[in-house]
Amino acid sequence: MSAVADTHSQEHHHGPAKGISRWLLTTNHKDIGSMYLIFSFAMFLLGGSMAMVIRAELFQPGLQIVQPEFFNQMTTMHGLIMVFGAVMPAFVGLANWMLPLMIGAPDMALPRMNNWSFWLLPCAFLILVSTLFMEGGAPNFGWTFYAPLSTTYGPPSTTFFIFAIHIMGVSSIMGAINVIATILNMRAPGMKMMKMPLFVWTWLITAFLLIAVMPVLAGAVTMMLMDINFGTSFFDASGGGDPVLFQHVFWFFGHPEVYIMILPAFGAISHIVPAFSRKPLFGYASMVYAVGAIALLSFLVWAHHMFTVGIPLAGQLFFMYATLLIAVPTGVKVFNWVTTMFRGSLSFEAPMLFAVAFIILFTIGGFSGLMLAIAPADFQYHDTYFVVAHFHYVLVPGAIFGIFASAYFWLPKWTGHMYDETLAKTHFWLSFIGMNLAFFPMHFLGLAGMPRRIPDYALQFSDFNMVSSIGAFMFGVTQLLFLFIVVKCVRGGEKAAAKPWDGAEGLEWTVPSPAPYHTFSTPPEVK
Amino acid sequence: MAEQQPQQGKRSNSRVIAWCMAGVVGMFAFGFALVPLYDVFCEITGINGKTGGRYETGVSNQVDENRTVTVQFLASNGPGMSWEFRPVQRSVKVHPGEAVTVNFYAANPTDHAMVGQAVPSLSPSEGTLYFHKTECFCFNQQPLDAGESVEMPLVFIVDPELPEHITKLTLSYTLYDQDPEARVSGSARAGATTTNNNG
Amino acid sequence: MRVHAKRAVALAAGLLSPAVVMADWTMNMAPGVTGTSNQIFSLHMTILWICVAIGVVVFGVMFWSIFAHRKSQGAKPANFHENTVVEILWTIIPLAILVAMAVPATATLVEMYDTSESEVDIKVTGYQWRWRYEYINDDFGYFSSLSTPREQIENRQAKGENYLLEVDNPLVIPVGKKVRFLLTANDVIHSWWVPEFGVKKDAIPGFINETWTRVDEPGIYRGQCTELCGKDHGFMPVVVEAVPEEEYNAWVAEQRAAAEAERQLTEKDWTLEELMERGEKAYASACASCHQPDGTGMPPAFPALKGSQIATEDMAAHIDIVVNGKSGTAMQAFGGQLSEVDLAAVITYERNAWGNNTGEMVTPKEIFDYKNQE
Repeated sequence: MSAVADTHSQEHHHGPAKGISRWLLTTNHKDIGSMYLIFSFAMFLLGGSMAMVIRAELFQPGLQIVQPEFFNQMTTMHGLIMVFGAVMPAFVGLANWMLPLMIGAPDMALPRMNNWSFWLLPCAFLILVSTLFMEGGAPNFGWTFYAPLSTTYGPPSTTFFIFAIHIMGVSSIMGAINVIATILNMRAPGMKMMKMPLFVWTWLITAFLLIAVMPVLAGAVTMMLMDINFGTSFFDASGGGDPVLFQHVFWFFGHPEVYIMILPAFGAISHIVPAFSRKPLFGYASMVYAVGAIALLSFLVWAHHMFTVGIPLAGQLFFMYATLLIAVPTGVKVFNWVTTMFRGSLSFEAPMLFAVAFIILFTIGGFSGLMLAIAPADFQYHDTYFVVAHFHYVLVPGAIFGIFASAYFWLPKWTGHMYDETLAKTHFWLSFIGMNLAFFPMHFLGLAGMPRRIPDYALQFSDFNMVSSIGAFMFGVTQLLFLFIVVKCVRGGEKAAAKPWDGAEGLEWTVPSPAPYHTFSTPPEVK
Repeated sequence: MAEQQPQQGKRSNSRVIAWCMAGVVGMFAFGFALVPLYDVFCEITGINGKTGGRYETGVSNQVDENRTVTVQFLASNGPGMSWEFRPVQRSVKVHPGEAVTVNFYAANPTDHAMVGQAVPSLSPSEGTLYFHKTECFCFNQQPLDAGESVEMPLVFIVDPELPEHITKLTLSYTLYDQDPEARVSGSARAGATTTNNNG
Repeated sequence: MRVHAKRAVALAAGLLSPAVVMADWTMNMAPGVTGTSNQIFSLHMTILWICVAIGVVVFGVMFWSIFAHRKSQGAKPANFHENTVVEILWTIIPLAILVAMAVPATATLVEMYDTSESEVDIKVTGYQWRWRYEYINDDFGYFSSLSTPREQIENRQAKGENYLLEVDNPLVIPVGKKVRFLLTANDVIHSWWVPEFGVKKDAIPGFINETWTRVDEPGIYRGQCTELCGKDHGFMPVVVEAVPEEEYNAWVAEQRAAAEAERQLTEKDWTLEELMERGEKAYASACASCHQPDGTGMPPAFPALKGSQIATEDMAAHIDIVVNGKSGTAMQAFGGQLSEVDLAAVITYERNAWGNNTGEMVTPKEIFDYKNQE
């Protein structure tokens, strides 16, 4: 964002290049972070429009707007774009901007690979989105793409979908390697591991999760590719294969993936709550151990997505117990955030509003997750709107609000201007109300018996569906306000101090706002 | 800035990259290793209901006359498989340890020769390890000429070690069309314009 | 302006009236009509209340802070950031609560997995996009397809009470007896769910799954497919009629007789009109979802039959494709799914409906012979 050259530099830095080549060729973590954030917001709006199509069709019973085949494409693409195009790149963008600043490093460890990691994403998503215009349409088998629906019965565009996943996976893996190298090798002298800020810790652990599971996803889609195009039978019973094998491989990736999508938010919230409570984070060490425990346990619970598939009783019981166990470290984190607020000196600017909403609403999502973990009960919840409610609560007020909170928290640092606080609070309240109207009724719909991934429903589900659609439209439109706020902040606003939040701590607040193009060319001393 | 990073930092980066790449390659291999691992795990535990290959009978098993187990037979056709396929006996009551023979009827009503392959599945899955097939039409592909029909034998023994609480086993076969043209039509399907269910 | 306002109100009322008439704000799971469903309901309520209690405590503390510890009200921040005792307590106590939950959950799951000593065995097969039920000890079976008319789905007719949850042939089971279900699928993974039974199990192609139920109360129970299976995943409901034992036995005897009669029907002499009448119904149930009620299909995936070569020219090719399907396409082999009577009727119908008017017909006996040719 900043075109100001680092005046402390002794070398012949010219400051950023001009024009389009600046953005194509940059190796600067701030530029790359900004590109990731802009890309992710564009994908958020795209995935969001697909959600609008879904909710418009579900506004009333009957088929009004789209045919079931296209509806399935919308639900699939909405999921893929939000998971891989909006949430993950947003966190990578935040990592790029903030990790070097937080550890006192001049940039990421591997700046050129960093540029590649970013530019692979628009390529991957161009391919993915173009499948909408291919014959047979876009992928229509859900973002979880179970075989044989996705193999034997998938549209011709499936191969392109697989290709896009591979490219996006390479981008994620390269990004993860970069994060690990940066955090392990480039911390300022004196910053021991147990002195690292929480956002750094959560990203370090997230990066390890990415290294561990993105290749497994690559394996799964490669097996799909082979079944579709090369006559193998990994997932085809007629050739001796097993569709359930697909589910095991997919969810072995899929469960850690959802933690990949939330741990960075945990980290950011662990910065924001202490800042606006003017009190140190409660229980730093246990917060670190809790994240580690969550990451480790996340590898042991995958089949809780498969309770109705017919796995034997012993397996069912194991996965139930392991899943219940994950609630413990997650609960510890929530208690620690609340205790940080307790007897603090609280103020409720936009970052804190989003952070408080995160704590409450993510916890509600966690509660529905706990209910889902009870395997016998899950037979009634599985593949219904109860599950849709659960994951939207952990992802929307969880990951997305975490990202909004981070954006408002760090916008002054990125742009040098304070954002418009009144507009931001409006964005918050409209998002909060819209989101709850959209997703809370889904709990009831699921309990009342409405399955997922259906374009039309029985009459007893009408009322809550209508409420949900209204909430969704409200939430969707409100995000345009966020776009306005960000653009307005980039272009001008009240000048921001180096540390605009009096309760904030950390090296990132010692550099000017906007942060100069090059920072920490000389590493700072950390006491 | 890169030049300010000490040589030692560069070496550390290379090590991180090397370890991470090893992790990536290892996990990719692990993903593929899950395939045989899954098979082995299922074979050892029998938990996915896939009964194993031919069972070699050892010394004649003790037949447990005091216990009766019902074995039920089901037959299904794979998609697009037009043969008639049904068990001749719907179910039999057997004593664990005795060899029992049952038959399945298959008929090809079309006007061209076809090849079928039957794939078994047993329920409950804890019973899989105790269900031994000494002779099964599922061990081989079954070719039938146009209009031809056949009775195919299955010879099996229920192991006397079958857990007490299991009193009924259900063996289901799904018959698939092994016509090579139909099978690899995955690629044909990708190129064809008038195919799938979801278009 | 007033006319427009009136029209707008009328339109809104018309659009909203099904919702108003059927206003339903059901917020909770139903306890259901089986032992399993009631146990699940208890577990559900227990875990729900535990979550509510924890939520009240945690959010209570937070709301208290939001109220009492605000900077704008002059609150000064404390400085504590650790307390090992408290942290250990709030790790151990939730763990204990979860262990306590796991015990009844385990007991219920063990019971749900016990399919032994069943009295009735039914094979359930998921197809794209309907269910097939086979009473394996009684030698009969049938398809169960959505019977809601397309006019209702396309908003040209008011929606009926059981919109999308009604079928032509429901599953019939006896009350008070343990019924075991054997599940598989013909094509992709489906899932069979009846909420009021607390029964859900995936139907996986090439594999057999089992589950069971014992229904305590007679009634009609409605559920849906719960695994995405393609375009009409939302349109393949499950309807089960649980009836007293004597009624069930009588129904089974009737069905067996009907199956036998159907086998004999293939011998009778059919007229074109009789075949057309039968064929129209069979077409609506088995073919219309892809080839459309008016025969125009949805090319290229689902070819048109109206005015098509296949329905107006070579009869043998027409019979072949209906009976044997077409490999590599979505056209299934209906020879294994429809009776000879229905096959003959459907083919006759297709050759004469929508202006095809070939005047040709094929009899059930001819289909029977075709299927058994040496």
